[in-house]
Amino acid sequence: MSLCGACTLHIDGQPTRSCVTPISAVQGKAITTIEGIESVVAQTIQQAWTELEVPQCGYCQSGQIMSATALLEKHRQPSDADIDAAMAGNICRCATYARIRSAIKQAAEQLA
Amino acid sequence: MRRNLSNDHQGPLSSRRDFLKLVTSVGAGLTLALNLPVALAADTTNAATEAGVFAPNAFVRIGTDNSVTVIMKHLEMGQGSFTGLATLVAEELDADWSQLRSEGAPADASRYNNLSWGPVQGTGGSSAMANSFMQMRTAGATARAMLVAAAAKLWKVPAAEIQVSQGILSHVASGKSAGFGELAELAALQAIPDPQSLRLKDPADFSYIGQKLPRLDRGKTDGSARFTQDIQLDGMLTALVAHPPRFGGKVSRFDASKALASPGVVEVVQIPNGIAVLAKDFWSAKKGRDLLSIEWDQSAAFTGSRDDMLRKYRALAEQPGLVARADGDATAALANATTLIEAVFEVPYLAHAPMEPMNAVALVNDQGCEMWNGEQFQTIDQSAVASALGLKPEQVKINMLFAGGSFGRRANPHSDYLIEAALIAQAKRGTPVKLVWTREDDTRAGYYRPMYVHKVRAGLDASGNPLAWEQRIVGQSIMKGTAFENFAIKDGVDSTSVEGASSLPYQIPNLQVELHSVDHPVPVQWWRSVGHSHTAFSTEVMVDELARATKQDPVEFRLKLLARHPRHLGVLKLAAEKAGWGSELPKGWGRGVAVHESFNSFVAQVAEVSVQDDGSFRVERVVCAVDCGLAINPDVIRAQMEGGIGFGLSPALVSEITLNDGQVVQSNFHDYQVLRINQMPAIEVHIVPSAEAPTGVGEPGTPPIAPAVANALSAATGQHFRRLPLKLAV
Repeated sequence: MSLCGACTLHIDGQPTRSCVTPISAVQGKAITTIEGIESVVAQTIQQAWTELEVPQCGYCQSGQIMSATALLEKHRQPSDADIDAAMAGNICRCATYARIRSAIKQAAEQLA
Repeated sequence: MRRNLSNDHQGPLSSRRDFLKLVTSVGAGLTLALNLPVALAADTTNAATEAGVFAPNAFVRIGTDNSVTVIMKHLEMGQGSFTGLATLVAEELDADWSQLRSEGAPADASRYNNLSWGPVQGTGGSSAMANSFMQMRTAGATARAMLVAAAAKLWKVPAAEIQVSQGILSHVASGKSAGFGELAELAALQAIPDPQSLRLKDPADFSYIGQKLPRLDRGKTDGSARFTQDIQLDGMLTALVAHPPRFGGKVSRFDASKALASPGVVEVVQIPNGIAVLAKDFWSAKKGRDLLSIEWDQSAAFTGSRDDMLRKYRALAEQPGLVARADGDATAALANATTLIEAVFEVPYLAHAPMEPMNAVALVNDQGCEMWNGEQFQTIDQSAVASALGLKPEQVKINMLFAGGSFGRRANPHSDYLIEAALIAQAKRGTPVKLVWTREDDTRAGYYRPMYVHKVRAGLDASGNPLAWEQRIVGQSIMKGTAFENFAIKDGVDSTSVEGASSLPYQIPNLQVELHSVDHPVPVQWWRSVGHSHTAFSTEVMVDELARATKQDPVEFRLKLLARHPRHLGVLKLAAEKAGWGSELPKGWGRGVAVHESFNSFVAQVAEVSVQDDGSFRVERVVCAVDCGLAINPDVIRAQMEGGIGFGLSPALVSEITLNDGQVVQSNFHDYQVLRINQMPAIEVHIVPSAEAPTGVGEPGTPPIAPAVANALSAATGQHFRRLPLKLAV
């Protein structure tokens, strides 16, 4: 259904919802999950997430981090509108959104 | 950065046998082995049960590797309980925070009961810190005393001369020092001290309580945290269930031949609440379920609609109900009022919709039943599952994993999804079965926050002082038919239906609160903040309406009527001051306030909204003040206020479950909408310094936000806002 974003992973670096992606669509492509992200951007994001204690229940956070990483790989200095556009597909029922926004901004600053 | 998993949550892995089962199937589990507990907490009956481990009580285990494992009697569902419980132990133990580990406790009310609930183990009612505060500190102090006794014996020095700081014991005069791990085996041989002899710290000496500490529920930024959905066991099957399309429906007959012929499907099982399809994986089970042909017996099914229910509720609100509180004579006083205001408030059914839909893993064999779950209601679920399977409670072992959210849902008083999982597993004895509900299953399965209608009539005298308040509440009882019925329902009044209204703090001489409990088969349940989720809305909007009708400032009006409630006053003044109450706002903006006590914590919020010409609006900023007694983990408190506000904004702005012809209309996040990041306001949280006993923060942040936003919208537009979700009249 692609409605909550919790299953977000990267296919050739593009954030993708695995729940609506058939195996046939990823033949020969690079699939990266939360366990496999290793870029400087990803590590900076994960560190910001930890420092700001973003996760509560944590169930959506893998997807949040995958979306945030894809955002910063593309836009190193995202505006609030860029963050909204990139992250509005990722629901967090614990509503950690304020800290997600802060962590993205902190990571962007560290990467600048 | 390769992740070091050594600090990970070890809840699900409560024995080496479990660990081995998991490692054989979970690739990422390998490094977990580095830190696995040696002993099973349930077997630790004295300090020296296991060689090399010092376990002075049911809550603390110190390993020769210097680790301090806290056995967590409460579920971690995001609210920070693991961090809080460990903070209390670490404080009195004088451990170094990096030594702390967490492990989920087994279901056992004799050791792990919620002290606020009696002989029941469970997490809820924002009670984890409140009930554990002295218990966990005492557990830490006990371990410390025994480590000190061990060092005194080993070093042949007086115990009184030994200091403990950040995980190191030292004796200045002799220059000796040792870590906890070195002393663990000897400490286990010391006498367990009488709790009365322990001296707990003076709050002035706290080094962890009141500080920001790294959370202990780790592994949530790298995929290594383990939820029920992550569990993979050898030979495990995945089960999906076709539930009746209406509450109360039953299977009449079914044909599973097409489903059974579908690849991956192993078995189809009838259970009391539907037909389960067991397959080798989720997608095979999903496709198999789609191929079932089921004829439903809907003769006893619920066929009502939201609109019919609303009409009935509104009519009941015109009639006297059972009395929940009666001060003075409200009816007579209303007749004498100079200003009389009547308002009807309506709130819909709400789903909890945690990110992890309901699921559970169950294995039934000759030993009994073992379950894996984001377990919130340990001993209630244990008894219910045992009863459903014809077992003794002690034959049901429940492994408590992290829960991917709950908001009350995983503490189901009827153990609904756990019994479902156990019955399916019983039909496939010896094979572990993971029951998975899809988002659609979860949204439509009921156990909603009930729909309510409130009618409030209030009267003021010529000076604008309230004389009377009469409030009638109409809705289903959550507690009826549960184990809490005798405790929560008195003379027909379910206290959780009226809480927040029956405890209205404002000085009003004539005050009457009445209740109509309506019976029908839509399953209902507590939802983050329970009754306060609707009573704060009706009462705090009504108070604002009284202030506005008599041209009084909403904050001043409340301050005047709360003179005997210092903690309400404290949060209200702090929130108003920090929000710049009374300062000018941009054109089209409005500011609103609400203050509410729930679960013995006090929260005030000031919301600012901007209203656009097209009738849309945005919550721009929320300033929140909280008094939860002594602040154990200030950053967790802030996180819970932020999250509680965001959670409460969903029903304030967008969420609503409706029924039509007995069927739940919504199914997933496209039609059961919830707050997204673009709708999240800026939030500031201020904590009132306090030396009172600590109270909870999981729920109290939620109740004030809907009325604060409604009141801000009224300030901006002059309209009344008496229904949720909030909509402007165009």
